[in-house]
Amino acid sequence: MSEKSTKGIWKVITASSLGTMIEWYDFYIFGSLAVVLSTKFFPTDNPTAAFLSTLATFAAGFVVRPFGALFFGRLGDLIGRKYTFMVTLLIMGGATFLIGCIPSYQSIGFIAPLLVLILRLLQGLALGGEYGGAATYVAEHAPKNQKGYWTSWIQTTATAGLFVSLMVILLTKGILSKEAFEEWGWRVPFWISILMVIVSYMIRKNMAESPVFAKAKSEGKTSVNPLKESFNNRFNLKFVLLALFGATMGQGVVWYTGQFYAMSFMKTVQNIDSSQVDTLLGIALLIGTPFFVVFGWLSDKLGRKSIMMTGLLLAVFFYRPIYRQMYKLTDAKAMRTEGITTNSKSSRVVGSPVATIQTETDKTNPAIKNSRVFIVTKSDSVFSDGAVFHYSKTDTLYLAKELLFDHGKNASNEIWLKYDTKEHSGAVAHHKVKLKNSLKEGVAASKTDTIETVALKQFTDGSSTNKSHESGISVKANITVIKNIASSVKWYLVFLVFIQVLFVTMVYGPIAAFLVEMFPVKIRYTSMSLPYHVGNGIFGGLLPAISTYFVTTAKGAGNPEFYLEGLWYPIGIAAVSFVIGMIYIDRKINTLHD
Amino acid sequence: MNKLKKYLGIVWILLAMAVSYYFIGIFGNKLTSGKQDDLVFGIIIFFILLPLIVTGLAIFGWYALTDEYED
Repeated sequence: MSEKSTKGIWKVITASSLGTMIEWYDFYIFGSLAVVLSTKFFPTDNPTAAFLSTLATFAAGFVVRPFGALFFGRLGDLIGRKYTFMVTLLIMGGATFLIGCIPSYQSIGFIAPLLVLILRLLQGLALGGEYGGAATYVAEHAPKNQKGYWTSWIQTTATAGLFVSLMVILLTKGILSKEAFEEWGWRVPFWISILMVIVSYMIRKNMAESPVFAKAKSEGKTSVNPLKESFNNRFNLKFVLLALFGATMGQGVVWYTGQFYAMSFMKTVQNIDSSQVDTLLGIALLIGTPFFVVFGWLSDKLGRKSIMMTGLLLAVFFYRPIYRQMYKLTDAKAMRTEGITTNSKSSRVVGSPVATIQTETDKTNPAIKNSRVFIVTKSDSVFSDGAVFHYSKTDTLYLAKELLFDHGKNASNEIWLKYDTKEHSGAVAHHKVKLKNSLKEGVAASKTDTIETVALKQFTDGSSTNKSHESGISVKANITVIKNIASSVKWYLVFLVFIQVLFVTMVYGPIAAFLVEMFPVKIRYTSMSLPYHVGNGIFGGLLPAISTYFVTTAKGAGNPEFYLEGLWYPIGIAAVSFVIGMIYIDRKINTLHD
Repeated sequence: MNKLKKYLGIVWILLAMAVSYYFIGIFGNKLTSGKQDDLVFGIIIFFILLPLIVTGLAIFGWYALTDEYED
């Protein structure tokens, strides 16, 4: 390539990548700020708002994207790539900015979550149209034997968008007080989007149309009905199906496993402190991101198929060993077998157990108030490698009808709850905990259905009598733990996540070039966008929900390796995709339409 | 290779049927659990993911069986 043409393509890459990165940024900040948004727009005590919240998560994030691909893909093949992906950029930026302007649920009621849902749907539609446009635009500018390398820069934008969103949120949180951020500061990342969009729009505005498309248009060779030609044409439809089942389906699940499932696994299954997870994931992504370009470049030399299929195969074989190792690193039992012991001098109980009482109406008889007592015990375990696990145990006791609270107070004006639990060995353990809040006068605790399994005795003034129940055990003990991991473990986890990111880069790096080369110019935008967004948005996007379902089911069934069960979904999909890709994808497929 | 592509078409059609049987078996209760989250999840599984896999794989299998992917 001459210096002039190299300079030209860098301009194309910059304009395309910047816009696509901003679209990913816009898409991710909604997810990153989900907790704040839920308090502002989706109060859980309102079923309609909660329903809209679920729709906003599933529908806009995953399901709407293929529709955006169809709608904007068609436009891109009719009027041009450049104008279409400028429109998607403006829709995405505008929707994001407006989300930051919507008054809260408290101010305008259910209109607020409804508006958020509509704008989130627009975001999904815009994202569905953006990627295909950017990938096609770059590929149609790139020299024939370097499409993998140049389009791989577009592939880095999804990761970069995630980074920038996290950075902007962290910065905003850092500058503002916690109260200010929760009051109005969460809107700032949404508002900032419009500035980035304006800059990106100005850059894109001055770009020329794709030379390949411009030539086809001037020769009257563009499609008059891209949707019909793409999906109602048996010859083209078979390639759309091949692209979906032989490549993007597998790529979608590998992508979501390597970035989002890994994060969710560390936070919810391993219970590692959230900020530690964000940091180590960030490091792994930083180290891994350049490999998008490496594998894109390598696909120009070795072929797209070999790189992508290798990535899929490695994922199929290594996901379970990787996740097993990740789990072991923070499993107290496994740590002890490795010689990592708890430091008994440093391990401690934090504070004394505190009980709180919650009264609730009996659903079968609204006149009756039942009472549940939550007793919280906190303790820290300090390990010899420096890790600290913070345990919080909540015992839920159900108050029997006959065990009414005495509202009197003892001399020190304190109210106590005493109860016995029978251990599995048969020994009886006596407990006495201080009540955080006393029962109100006249409120009597009532029997619940589960009382027969509870050994419960209560006293309020230290002089009442014990009343044992048989088969008593501590009821519904719920233990939560937050783990602060040791530095050596952190770097090992970075390595294990990095390996997964490497698989992502292998399957994702060359895929834009692979898809672009699969379809002819006149229906390229439409034909490549749909399998990409079905593979990523639906097969990939549903991964967290489906995998979590498998894990929960296996845990309930007592499977000792329940934490690995969620991997069957990505492993199964990637394996099928590998077999189809290996057998049906022709190495010379890209020459079919040239 | 062409014969393998062709006869694997039967496998993809059977796989489509097996997936639909399996999904209905394991996710069927989502539609009837009464929880809103489950309902939305169930609707997406049954009306988006399942038809996509089943019809897509079946058509793909049929194309393979009718030599559409022949070299």
